Order: sequence, then C-alpha cells, then structure tokens
Amino acid sequence: MLRSRIIPCLLVHDKGLVKTLRFSVENGKYVGDPINAVKIFNEKSVDEIMVIDIDATVQEREPDYEMIKNVATECRMPLCYGGGVTTVEQVRKIIKLGAEKVAISAAAIKNPNLLCQISESVGAQSVVLVLDIMKRKTLFGDGHYEIFTHNGKLKSGKKLYDFLEEIKDITYGELVINNIDLDGIMTGYDLDMCEKVRELTEVPLTFLGGAGSYNDLKVLVERFGIIGAAAGSIFVFKGKYKAVLIQYPMPEEKKKIQPI
Amino acid sequence: MITILDYGSGNLNAIKNIYERLNIHFEFANTKEQIERADHLILPGVGAFDETIFTLQEQGFVEELNKKVLEDKVPILGICVGMQMLADSSEEGTLNGLGWINGKVKKFDKDIIPGKPKIPHLGWNSIEITRNCPLFKDIDSSVGFYFVHSYYYDCADEANVISKTQYGNVFHSAVNCDNIYGVQFHPEKSHDNGIQLLKNFANL
Repeated sequence: MLRSRIIPCLLVHDKGLVKTLRFSVENGKYVGDPINAVKIFNEKSVDEIMVIDIDATVQEREPDYEMIKNVATECRMPLCYGGGVTTVEQVRKIIKLGAEKVAISAAAIKNPNLLCQISESVGAQSVVLVLDIMKRKTLFGDGHYEIFTHNGKLKSGKKLYDFLEEIKDITYGELVINNIDLDGIMTGYDLDMCEKVRELTEVPLTFLGGAGSYNDLKVLVERFGIIGAAAGSIFVFKGKYKAVLIQYPMPEEKKKIQPI
Repeated sequence: MITILDYGSGNLNAIKNIYERLNIHFEFANTKEQIERADHLILPGVGAFDETIFTLQEQGFVEELNKKVLEDKVPILGICVGMQMLADSSEEGTLNGLGWINGKVKKFDKDIIPGKPKIPHLGWNSIEITRNCPLFKDIDSSVGFYFVHSYYYDCADEANVISKTQYGNVFHSAVNCDNIYGVQFHPEKSHDNGIQLLKNFANL
C-alpha cells in the first residue's frame, strides 16, 4: 500500500541552512550545513527531502548547480529541488544532476503553461508546483488566501482557490502548499485550507507550514489519507529553546504516523 | 563491473554513490565500445519515454545493446523509464520500445481505477513478490520502494512479472525474463532495500 510521505524541507540561504520564521531569515536561525544535514537524514531513512534555495529568485540568479549536484549526490532518498527555476532547460539540467523533482513557483504563477512545457520534456512526475500563501482578511472579516512569490515579499495578485481552478487543465506532478503565516510557528497545519485545496486538485499534495510535533503530522495523515506532510522546524529543532538538532521519527514513531 | 548507461538521464550519481559504498566497480558508459565490454548493464531513467528512446537510438546504442543483451545474455537492469523502455511501446510516446519483454506501457487512468488515486503514483509503496528471484534476495517487501511515475508497464506474459504493487489497481512493478530485469521503482533512492537490490543485481 502506498504510504504518506514525511518530508523535511531544508532552506538554503548564503550556502547555509536556515529555518525561517514567517519567511523571515532575520527572525530565523542558522541550522547548519546542507550536505551534513542530508548525511544525517540518509542515516534516518527519510522518505523524501525538499531543498529550497530561498535566495535564487530574489537575487534573480540561476540555481546553484554546484550545490544541487553535491546535495543530489549525497541523497539516498528522493530529492526535490526548488529556487530560481524559470526555464525548461534549467529543469533538465537539475534532473540530470540527480534530483527526482524540481519545484517551480514564481515563474509558473506568472505563466502556468511553463508547467506543461516542462512536463512534456521531463515527464509530469518530476514537476512540482509550490504556492506560498498568506491569509488576507477584509474589513468585513471574511478572508481569502493570496499567493505570494519572492519569499513572501511580492504579491502575485492571485487568490489560491481561484488559481487552482485556473490551472485545472495544466499538467504537473505534485502541488506543495506552503503556508507563510504558519512558517516556524509550530501550532499545527491549517487543516481547513488543506481540505479545500484537496477538493480542488487531482495531483498528489504536500502541505508545509505549521507542524510543531509528530502528532501534527499524524493528524494531517489521518484526515487526508495519502498525503505529503512536510515540515521544517520539527526536523531541525529540539525542545522549547529550539536547540539545533537534526531529527526524524524513528521507525516505531513513524509507524504511528503512517502505518505500513 | 557494473556499466551504467549515461545517455543524458538523471540519477546516475545516486547509483554511483551506492556502488562506491558497496565497493563494487562500475563505470558510466557513453560509447559503444564501453557497452561492448560490459558484463552488467544498468539503464537508468528519469524522463519521458520518447525522448529517452530517441537518445538511445541517436547515439547508436540500440544495436549494440541488442547484441549484448539478446545474444551475449549480459544481465541488464532497467530502472523506471529504463524499465519501460524494455516494453514494445508506450502510451506516453509514439516511438517503439526495445521490445525485449513483451508488454505495453500504459497511463494510470484515474477514471477507471477504483478509488481514483492521485496521478502520478508518488511515494513509498510496498511490493508483492510474485516469483522467487535473486534480485529480491533479503528485500523487505512490506517496506517496499520509492515510486514516482504516471505510466506503468503492463507485461503481456504474467510469467515475466516478478512483483506487483497496488495503486488503485494492481500493476506490474518489476519484470524479469532470462537476463533482463526491470523495476518501476527507484532502488537508488530507496535506502536499505534499494542498496540491497543493487547489490543483488551485481551478484547475478
């Protein structure tokens, strides 16, 4: 039987790993070296790993291929790379370096057809759409989720649910919803939003943002069945003072979250 | 020595890393001469069917591979799209496959599969070993392997199926006929099971 995926999401900034707080690096924390973290996650038999270069799009530069190659070579688990990807050629290059999947965000929000072009070239299974979202409240108290790019700094002008409707016929392989409001907050996933997104999509889904304990992962999996449960803080911090410690559920703990 | 075909596909480095750790000799091959001297071949694969088969044809590898595999009976392992290339054809493209193990590569059709699973089939899934095979020696089938694919190999002859996996319907997740092996999952990304499988292949 297919199992849910429990996915550490690692953020690369200035060649180091950081854990942001509501997408802010300044309020976040340096948590170590990417390759070293991957080595530890290898030993822990992690389901899958996401590595996002949070500088690339903001600096309008190419992905750091040297870093991707080093990470991919080290990974004994599937790797999804994201950050600064805007063209089919870049995706092909990254796949060739050994990543299984490539995440695209800003470029795909601007031009959803890019996802179709990439899918045609490398196969849809390797194409991941990442949407960074923030809740916006109106004066009347009702709210919606808006999609942001450039580390939460730029408004895309698109609303999450409308956009998912808009890209219904676009070919891609996985959707990752990254909740900016909950990034580093560790209070649990926004399950109502997850529910709505699930109704609107047919591709495999991964939610990121909010997980504060292994129980939060379990709650997500129990509610949605087969799902990608991604998180940052719980895999890099220990205790209430957030001491940096790379960790992942032990096999017994993992079975409680995703029964074999 | 393991000869890993380098024809522009991804995931070569991960396979390389595992063989390095296992202390098993390997080389990346991108010339016919290298294929000619191979005693174990791996056809890796991340990508689309037509593009993969086209690259093989363009580099003139198909003839050499036919000779090595069908005449010299050198063990060969196709991974993911590398497995799908062993088939006659694929719904993903219009070009013919290598046709070494008869079958057709089909798209998961979410409308006819019970439970309407999400496509692609993505993540860790168990396998049911349907025929005793040295490739599966010491493999924990309940832990299974990592899959990421939208198309699956529908093998014409059940006798060539060595494992099945359930995703909506049951599909053929590994095949074998004589010296030819194919696995839909990614052993190079499947931790202990994957390492064991690549080791088993080297021991064939």
